[in-house]
Amino acid sequence: MSFRPSPALWALGLMVLGLLAAPPLWTADATAPDLTLRNLDASFAHPLGTDRLGRDRLARLLLGGRISVLTGLAGMALTVLLGTGIGGLAGMSRRLDPWLMRLTDLCLALPMLPMMLLVVMLFRAPLTAALGQTVGTFVLITTVIGLTSWMQCARLIRAEVLRLSGTEFTRAAHAMGVPPWQVAIRHILPNAMAPLVTSATLAMAGAMIAESTLSFLGLGFPPGTPSLGSLLHEALPYLGTDPARAVPPGTLFALIVLIVTWAGEDMRHRYAPKT
Amino acid sequence: MQQNRIRWTDLLANTHAITGATALCLALAMPAQPLAEPRSHHDTLRLRNWQAPATLNPYLSAGAKNVEAASLVLEPLARTDPDGELVPWLARSIPTRENGGIATDGTAITWRLRDGLTWSDSTPVTAADLRFTWEYCMAEGAGCAQAMKFDGVSRIDTPDAQTVTLHFDAPRPMPYQAFVGPQSPVLQKAQFADCLGPKAQTCSTQNSAPIGTGPFVVTEFQPGNIAEFTANPAYRTPGQPGFDRVILQGGGKAAGAARAVLQTGEADFAANLQLPPEVLDSMQEAGTGRLLTAFGPLLERLVFNLTDPDPALGPERSTTAHPHPILSDPHVRAALMLALDRRALVDLGYGPAGRVTCALIPAPARFAPPHPKDCADQDLPRARALLDQAGWRDTDGDGLRDKDGRPLRLGFQTSVNPVRQDFQVVIQDWWRQIGVETELRAIDAGIFFGSDPANPDTFQKFNTDVQMFASAFAGTDPGNFLAGWRCENIPSPETDWQGANIARACDPAFDALSARLAETADPDARAQFVQQMSRHLIDSHALVPLVHRGRVAAAANGLEGPHLNPWGSPYWNIAEWRRAP
Amino acid sequence: MAPRPLIRLARRGLSLGLSLLAIALAIFGLLSLAPGDPLARMPLTLPPEVRAAMREAMGLDAPWPTRLALWLRQALIVEPLVLCDTLFGTSWAEDAPRLISWHSRTPVMGLIADRLPQTLRLMGLSYALGLACALPLGLWQAHRHRSAADHATTALTMTAYALPPFVVALLLIWVFSITLGWLPSGYDNSLRITDAASLGTEIRQLILPVAVLALQITAQLTRHLRASAIEVLDTDHIRTARAKGLGPRALLTGHVLRHAMIPVVTIVALGLPQIVGGAIITEQIFAINGIGHLLISSIHAGDLPVVQTITLLVAVLVVLANLLADATYRWLDPRLTG
Repeated sequence: MSFRPSPALWALGLMVLGLLAAPPLWTADATAPDLTLRNLDASFAHPLGTDRLGRDRLARLLLGGRISVLTGLAGMALTVLLGTGIGGLAGMSRRLDPWLMRLTDLCLALPMLPMMLLVVMLFRAPLTAALGQTVGTFVLITTVIGLTSWMQCARLIRAEVLRLSGTEFTRAAHAMGVPPWQVAIRHILPNAMAPLVTSATLAMAGAMIAESTLSFLGLGFPPGTPSLGSLLHEALPYLGTDPARAVPPGTLFALIVLIVTWAGEDMRHRYAPKT
Repeated sequence: MQQNRIRWTDLLANTHAITGATALCLALAMPAQPLAEPRSHHDTLRLRNWQAPATLNPYLSAGAKNVEAASLVLEPLARTDPDGELVPWLARSIPTRENGGIATDGTAITWRLRDGLTWSDSTPVTAADLRFTWEYCMAEGAGCAQAMKFDGVSRIDTPDAQTVTLHFDAPRPMPYQAFVGPQSPVLQKAQFADCLGPKAQTCSTQNSAPIGTGPFVVTEFQPGNIAEFTANPAYRTPGQPGFDRVILQGGGKAAGAARAVLQTGEADFAANLQLPPEVLDSMQEAGTGRLLTAFGPLLERLVFNLTDPDPALGPERSTTAHPHPILSDPHVRAALMLALDRRALVDLGYGPAGRVTCALIPAPARFAPPHPKDCADQDLPRARALLDQAGWRDTDGDGLRDKDGRPLRLGFQTSVNPVRQDFQVVIQDWWRQIGVETELRAIDAGIFFGSDPANPDTFQKFNTDVQMFASAFAGTDPGNFLAGWRCENIPSPETDWQGANIARACDPAFDALSARLAETADPDARAQFVQQMSRHLIDSHALVPLVHRGRVAAAANGLEGPHLNPWGSPYWNIAEWRRAP
Repeated sequence: MAPRPLIRLARRGLSLGLSLLAIALAIFGLLSLAPGDPLARMPLTLPPEVRAAMREAMGLDAPWPTRLALWLRQALIVEPLVLCDTLFGTSWAEDAPRLISWHSRTPVMGLIADRLPQTLRLMGLSYALGLACALPLGLWQAHRHRSAADHATTALTMTAYALPPFVVALLLIWVFSITLGWLPSGYDNSLRITDAASLGTEIRQLILPVAVLALQITAQLTRHLRASAIEVLDTDHIRTARAKGLGPRALLTGHVLRHAMIPVVTIVALGLPQIVGGAIITEQIFAINGIGHLLISSIHAGDLPVVQTITLLVAVLVVLANLLADATYRWLDPRLTG
């Protein structure tokens, strides 16, 4: 079946582009402190006010959105890469299939959040030491998300590959002597786009949620880097006295996640109704 | 589908599966705890701490949360009051040279117990218990966390049931270490007799419910969670304590503990609050409670590396073999200090819980040398002038100073902590304004303060140019603490990177002062030496005091008695607390 | 020739055991790479000799095969024996070395036993509420398939599914605790239920955390229940039954429900890891002293024995849930037995 982007997918694309393209539109500085402007209320120059170091909140919010989206995209890429690799291999090779499926089941049986917390706590220090604070955390979170979310994608891809392997044109290609990897790349993969995009979109939602959960618990991006999760984490102590601080990052985050999930679910209903 | 008007409410009428599943879930959900018998209406004191105690034996773990919780039950011979003076607690009086309690050559100190002192199980407290406590801590394999309290004690004599004499292996001008303060209370020999050596770690019954002389007795202890106490029926002062029951609850966030006292009234006292100043101020406006602050010796500081941390030096990085190419120049260090606005830092990070200071030993007050009023002011023009004079100018117009081809770029690291990260961002910006570029790093506290010699990121290894952390000393005398800055205490590969002289500062004059301090007993003379030594370090700019950090607690308005003590546990006088009538 | 169900059972048992062993090894392997130092939280004034003595007393410096063997023996043999001892009054595990927490020097299982009831209570109530909401909702949606109400409900469910638990929790706290002041935002762990008033307080402080988790569960279940109920409604034997004039009530409860329940059991089992994650976050936000809270505070404290044991325990729980789902699956669907 052919692959046509749905309205939901358009919305997702627009949102991602919008967040990534925000900097030229709102030029206030999100990182340099200015202690003379601390804790200001909303004004024309600072529509959302300033934070405790005098930085513009709106600029930090947009930067946070960008960071969260980028992390989501990177985590999604790794998840899809791993999932497609393993699922595709399982679907194509009869010998490796049972072992790979057992591995998938084993990984599915592991409790995800505790394992994620564990890996982050263990490897954050060496990675940030080697790559610097932000980049190190980015690599860590992306890897953690990829390693803990590839299973669903692998299952989907494997199912689709199995289905496509039994079709006429694949059998014909085999009969003609086309090597298996060429069959995979030229014939199977293009037709498996639908479940691929579905699992990619769902993986992106999962990645963003995972990143902000970690940042919210204080285990993700360091307090200086404004991802949406860490902005919510910063707003926590003020919840009793100034709850409005949590509203902008919470709303933006909920909006992003909803759009991404909507796109993913829409894809799933259209192209993979049985799963 | 029209003819089948199924009302979905019909479902609920006949759903075996649903009821079965729900019953199963509810069976799991009902707590196993039986309904307790109703309590009589006696007063309960509700304490909150954002960290819950992990053990009630301070000899096994020196963490403040454990020592403080244990102080409700276990007591020492003497304590320090909020003004920094020693007061006798289980002892009859403080031994001094004048009253003969301390031997004239300083090699022995004699303590006498009060009359009629009993444990909470009504057995008498004797000198044998004191002796046993020393043996318990010094036993091989015990892993005693307070071993340094008994440093230098060669033997303990018990001339009679009420008297102990501690003999030292060398004259000690300040012999008030052992059995002074909540860190080294007296343990009951009968209870801990079987817990010597490696068994100390596994005696969980004793560690969770030690028998003590304090105003309260442990009734229930869930480590890391909650501790419950009742009043000690055998307590020595009639009419005390003022509460029948105490619940010490921990865990959760500091904001929750503060809110419970200052806003919702669910708790009476919350200790060790570390919250943004705006939050504390606005919570106090609710009027249900009040904030208490007390300033001890805790000082947040910036430390400069006087040696070269260049990774290219291999095993010789951060050792005295190679002086720092930039920070060896005291003018550069002075300039970096002048660029800081310490008043703004205090307001930003601590509010009422911090004070500006230029002294290394800000408390007790007699040890802090007088400083000019503007010693902590920011002076950017003078900082820039100093750097110009030192030869660092911006020759290539990139906003960054350089000299002989080397850019003025520094690495700045500290532990992961929101206030510290804020400080880093702000300090980075100030230094940028004088043409210095800073790269920030935050390291997990477990690693930064860990003493793993194999890890490159410990603060002792100092594999960068600037570090920030807080440090304090136990007790009220900084003699040992200052001795940590001697040349011999520089961390190096030979010492396995152990040592307290983090900045790697070495000055024979300072060492000489420290040696003389170790031999001086007269308090005024000691104060003079301490002032000279701390002046020495501050004037050399090897380190910069940033914030004199105080301890903050919240007390409910109806609670009388709490008097925050920076030298000991916040519950040091809990026997006197009572509810206002 | 042994009977087939027994062979199947034996095979399942063997693969289960191997999975558990693999999980235990994975957890230990991961944790032994830890670069942190549990003594780092101790004050800086601690001299190095004292630190070294404490490290040795905690057993931190033994080589890793020793530590692994000791942990496996303690976790898989000694602790179950201790459980038997407490339950049946035997003394098989007398004097055996127990798993001790580094931080509090008490047995790990004691810490877990203290907190397990809270977590079970939270998850049990949430599942009860979630099931009670999801079943009628899903069936009703299937009945009203493709109507406007159905679409609206699907959108709502999807929203609830998409929002992570901490966002929902913050929202609920903001509305009900801070703005309206109806419900407390923290959980009082010392509350003893002695009379109607304290029971009322206990219920009040449970409402928000249970609501957060129950929302997740309801969203998870409703989607799948709706899909499977739609599928079942379309099958031949339902159409036949309807044609025969079988009343709607008997139809729904007798046939549709039984078949629609089949995947629900699997969904509950497969969705358990996610709900456990949600429970951890909920416990952290509301300061409920359950297993999740213990896990996070132990991670911060670097208390490896506790972290190892809890992670293993949760993994065991998930594997057991899968096994239970498998067994119930066969019982619910007669086509699969025999």
